[in-house]
Amino acid sequence: MDRLGVTLGLGAGALVVAGLWMGLVQAPPDAVQGEVQRIMYLHVPSILTAYLAFTVVLVCSIGYLVRGTRGWDRLAHASAEVGVVFTAITLFTGAIWGKPTWGVWWTWDARLTGTAVLFLVYLGYLMLRSVVEDQDRAGRFAAVVGILGFFDMIFTHMAVEWFRTLHQPSSLQRGTIDTALRLPLYVNLLAFVVLYAYFLTRRLRLAALDEAIEARDLGG
Amino acid sequence: MRGRNRQILIGGLVIVTGIGYLIWAGTQQALVYFYTPSEIQAKEGERMGKRIRLGGLVVEGSLTHAPETLSYAFQLTDGGARIPVRFKGIPPDLFKEGAGAIVEGQMGADGVFDADLIMAKHNEEYRPPSGDRPPPQELYRSLIKGERS
Repeated sequence: MDRLGVTLGLGAGALVVAGLWMGLVQAPPDAVQGEVQRIMYLHVPSILTAYLAFTVVLVCSIGYLVRGTRGWDRLAHASAEVGVVFTAITLFTGAIWGKPTWGVWWTWDARLTGTAVLFLVYLGYLMLRSVVEDQDRAGRFAAVVGILGFFDMIFTHMAVEWFRTLHQPSSLQRGTIDTALRLPLYVNLLAFVVLYAYFLTRRLRLAALDEAIEARDLGG
Repeated sequence: MRGRNRQILIGGLVIVTGIGYLIWAGTQQALVYFYTPSEIQAKEGERMGKRIRLGGLVVEGSLTHAPETLSYAFQLTDGGARIPVRFKGIPPDLFKEGAGAIVEGQMGADGVFDADLIMAKHNEEYRPPSGDRPPPQELYRSLIKGERS
């Protein structure tokens, strides 16, 4: 494995362990919710990392449409895939958190609906890539979805500020989270971002190998 | 070829209109996720018998509970109007007096809201145990958006 990959992998592993220890052991429980609030240390870093992933998809999609070089497209594809995984983690942990606190696993408020649509849009992005044979065509179609999906991301994030929802507004943005709970959250966020970077390097390597094999088969 | 193109165009329009309607209908429901007690009171007749959500704070001292029938009675308020609610079932743990709640059901003919689901709405504050509760105005503000000062 390449050096960057090893470094990121080991770094992500160490940070995830440190983050989980801080979140599950060291941090105090929440005054209102008690111990169940600790799901936040997975739920919030997952979606923020997914936001990062989809922002990278946006930038790379525009880059690909403008420049047309494979590198942009490969990076957009890889980032979308990792973003979908983190969005799925968000939906799962959100449901697990919702049942004991709200009393329901799921409800169709603007935030939750937006997140479900976000997941489906980028899942559609990946499906679109797999059904269109020609790589450049697939890349161009996907880039359009990748750019449009970003608007749903903004809508989803702002939904708790713009509309009445069951989901509460962002505690980080409003600064309504006590330092004792906020620091472990930052460590977990850092862990997830490094984990994202690690996954991205692996996915890019896989894409490069894939294309090399394809080129060899066509050539041979 | 002309006719075929037209067919594709019409088919495409039908699909786009269909999806558009689904999105519109979906967001109509999602964007007004719940009504406030003041809104319910202002247009009481209009929403009678329709399945809606009502959200507010549980009025301190209004919650009564009959353990043998699992029935609860309480009032929800947004600082202005108060709507009495009755419910039979098991509410979530975070449901209590002074806390936010969203109920699903319909307005009864007697002016009492018949709820079949209670959801606890907590706010965005996270802090360790002990410490002072924020003032109620803060809670109303974080609970009901749109009229933030």
